[in-house]
Amino acid sequence: MAASEELLVVEDLKKHFPITRGIIFQKQVASVKAVDGVSFTVNRGETLGVVGESGCGKSTMARCIMRLLDPTGGKIIFDGRDITKISQADMRPIRREMMMIFQDPYASLNPRKRVGFIVGEALEVNKMGTNAEIKRRVQELLDIVGLNPEHYNRFPHEFSGGQRQRIGVARALAVNPKLIVCDEPVSALDVSVQAQVLNLLKDLQDEFNLTYVFIAHDLNVVRHISNRVMVMYLGSVAESAGRDELYGEPKHPYTGALLSAVPVPDPELGRQRKRIVLEGDVPSPINPPSACRFHPRCPRFHEGVCDVTDPPLRDFGREHTAACHYPLEGWPLTEAQMRQRSGEPVAS
Amino acid sequence: MALLEVRDLKTHFRTDDGIVKAVDGVSFSIEKGKTLGIVGESGCGKSVTCLTIMGLNASKGTTTTGEALFKGEDLLTMNSKRLREIRGNDIAMIFQDPMTSLNPVHKIGDQLGEAILLHRDVTKRQARARSTELLKAVGIPHAERRLDDFPHQFSGGMRQRVMIAMALVNDPDLLIADEPTTALDVTTQAQILNLMDRLQDEFGSAIIMITHDLGVVAEIADDIVVMYAAKVVEQAPVDDLFKQPRHPYTWGLLGSLPRLNTDVDRLVQIPGSPPSLLNPPRGCRFNPRCSYVFGRCKEEEPGLMPVTGAPEHLQACFLDDETKELENRKLQAGSYAGGAG
Amino acid sequence: MFRYLIRRLLWAGVLFIAVTVITYVIFFIIPADPARLAVGQRATPETVARARHFLGLDKPVPVQYMLFMKRLVLHHSLGRSFTNRQDVNKVILQAAPVTASLVFGGVILWMAIALPIGILSALRPRSLLDRTAMIFVLIGISAPVVWIGLILQYFIGYKLGWTPNAGYCDLLDTQGGCGGPVDWAYHLILPWTTFAILFAAIYVRMIRANVMDTMNEDYVRTARAKGAPESQVMRSHVLRNALLPVVTMLGMDIGIALGGAIFTEYVFGLPGLGRLAVSSIEGFDLPMIEGIVIFSTLCIIAFNVLVDVLYAWIDPRIRLS
Repeated sequence: MAASEELLVVEDLKKHFPITRGIIFQKQVASVKAVDGVSFTVNRGETLGVVGESGCGKSTMARCIMRLLDPTGGKIIFDGRDITKISQADMRPIRREMMMIFQDPYASLNPRKRVGFIVGEALEVNKMGTNAEIKRRVQELLDIVGLNPEHYNRFPHEFSGGQRQRIGVARALAVNPKLIVCDEPVSALDVSVQAQVLNLLKDLQDEFNLTYVFIAHDLNVVRHISNRVMVMYLGSVAESAGRDELYGEPKHPYTGALLSAVPVPDPELGRQRKRIVLEGDVPSPINPPSACRFHPRCPRFHEGVCDVTDPPLRDFGREHTAACHYPLEGWPLTEAQMRQRSGEPVAS
Repeated sequence: MALLEVRDLKTHFRTDDGIVKAVDGVSFSIEKGKTLGIVGESGCGKSVTCLTIMGLNASKGTTTTGEALFKGEDLLTMNSKRLREIRGNDIAMIFQDPMTSLNPVHKIGDQLGEAILLHRDVTKRQARARSTELLKAVGIPHAERRLDDFPHQFSGGMRQRVMIAMALVNDPDLLIADEPTTALDVTTQAQILNLMDRLQDEFGSAIIMITHDLGVVAEIADDIVVMYAAKVVEQAPVDDLFKQPRHPYTWGLLGSLPRLNTDVDRLVQIPGSPPSLLNPPRGCRFNPRCSYVFGRCKEEEPGLMPVTGAPEHLQACFLDDETKELENRKLQAGSYAGGAG
Repeated sequence: MFRYLIRRLLWAGVLFIAVTVITYVIFFIIPADPARLAVGQRATPETVARARHFLGLDKPVPVQYMLFMKRLVLHHSLGRSFTNRQDVNKVILQAAPVTASLVFGGVILWMAIALPIGILSALRPRSLLDRTAMIFVLIGISAPVVWIGLILQYFIGYKLGWTPNAGYCDLLDTQGGCGGPVDWAYHLILPWTTFAILFAAIYVRMIRANVMDTMNEDYVRTARAKGAPESQVMRSHVLRNALLPVVTMLGMDIGIALGGAIFTEYVFGLPGLGRLAVSSIEGFDLPMIEGIVIFSTLCIIAFNVLVDVLYAWIDPRIRLS
């Protein structure tokens, strides 16, 4: 049977963290809705970029997909199998197929373990070979990621930030996973090192036919590496599209604001464009705004609509969807242009 | 006369492993009301440069040479009392992490008041009024009430605004901002940069902006200094730097940035990593990683030399003008591949 | 805050009961016969049996416990000593002020030593002062309290005759030869010193570490960047923050010490709770032991709650969350 195109399907994923109050008996009074209804699909061999600011839930979502956290609701279907509620014991063989690369190269490697152990641990746990075979495989991996295989016995602190991140990549690759979830893998790195790691990730994807879910807050980086991009805001998906579509014709005002806020390393371009500056701060997920989460900061806010009714998920064709009552009607736009919108919500 | 003129600044730290030459011969100047961006990656010495100018380095084991002339007075040799008069008053500094840069157990109003009362002979009530004025100017709602709140009751973006307010409260001539937006979300960063721009117009201060983000510096700076391994490798007005960069490191930096409007398959990679500042390489410090390296680079250190035809544009590289033109054209066209590699 | 307080107090109650139960259990696990000890080695089996009945030791353990709790709750009485039938309440209340004198005086002395040395060491790391201080710390922590007490007693009390060797004088009561504040303090100088040395050493190290850490904080750099003179930076920013954790430690240490500074009291013959505890255990005097346990538990709990509340009040991050 031919394997389906879709490697990962997530339907209406929810993760709520309870807030309890009480003197003797703790009772739940509210919850932090970190992820509140996220759906997406990732096809084999492609990269889904997930973009959002702090509090948007992207890291929580990543951990739910990997079942490092148990979802409160929704479905996760990995390689055709529903893994949402299966036990941790049943999850173990599946863990071999999905690995994660973390943000902080200094915190994600155990400082008391040698690099060889760190990279090979998953192989040992899954009993994928004899000790000698594992050692050989680890050295092979170190070479693949551009490190010296002779450094097998060194400790993490003997490596630079970029090199440590490569160790993280080698660790993720060790068991030949199908999916690698990268949670802000280059945010903590300098720009020149960032380029090295991004190139490495791209090369590996080509060589090993990997599928990535790439989470980042830097829109430039996401654009470089993704095929499709999903924008998250306060626990839900604001917009989702193919890369060129999203960057060229964003439909959600938040996406527009994000794109506008990214500083461009081109002084002339920077001077020409009129940046859209949002009001206020990113709200907290404990008390999200009613209906459309973005409405308090949205330049296109329409009272009575945006704060009352949940915005419908509109389909713009070519797998481009956005959840907005008044999607953008063009791009680029200035803030003034954004504020003008037709009186009626756009019919789906 | 330039507002601040730094000449051949060197800061060496004596450590257990040897002498770390964190800043090793940096010169630049900034005029009144202008913005200077100091750009570089971690460890290049950009922060230490400004901490040295302000006299905020730990004194034990630190040797500083060179000059930092602020309105003609050398900040590095003046007595500490005079330096304290200038700090927070004529020159103010804001730091990267607003979460830890404010004292968690003092009210915001008290911390702002402290900044005022250190330099102005006013009553507490007057100081409070001035603090409220500044909080309003930086866009904090309910300013008067918020004076009695503590730092943890503000969000990250708000805290940075408070820091800016605290820095501007005495109308400084120069504001030094050390990575002020690195720890903030991109939309908050846009707000803060917008604010700083507006305040610069209103207050007329010069700004030195230290950052690793070339995008930020392209938007806000008039002139840019690029630092590498404790030295300045290139210095130019902003348009010149981005359109006509003349140093392989600058090419590498610009080429390694993923862009919103261009598509490259591979980003330009600068091979290797920055050198140790204990034992920097002989000759040009960039030579171990440079694709254009030739004999002279390993023997002699290139000084900052003006580019022919553009006296304000300085660069420290022995490569000939023709090659530089060629490589730059490749960079601008998007086909730059890191040189010989 | 209020909810927090209530919850703390309820847990304190649970803890209290747990401690009393455990004490009972331990007492009855130890193979010894308090009745026999009460009546002496030469007593006949009948006398022992009668003593046992009189003391209520022939009842099952849980019943004894319930009777004990009933008496405690209803009559606020801890019973009578097995060895000499004295009222436990009275004995403890006589011993407590002695321990309290020792502890509070000791606290003042140790803080007076630790604060300046700790702060100065942090300001001048690796200087002569700092290294000397660290040697002192090492000695202070390593040297057994008994040894320190005996050394001081021998050299200063006996050889030099500067202070009395042992004994306690009541603060207020001038009967029986010595009394009044001067005598009281005079007799306590050596005990205070002995008691304080260990704690001073520990606190010097802690204060030094805290101050050094705080001096590296970003907000201290901000204060300097504002042009504040070093004295203001220290006072307003460094010390205020660095010494917060010291408040917590101090509260807990006082609470524990009030349960009896056994070694010091023993060496110097102070009739405090520590000495009382030792003699009660030797004599298998259950009511007395239980009484001391309860009293010191109450002190520890009280001080812990006090410290928690104080800390929450001083640190606005906790107070206003």
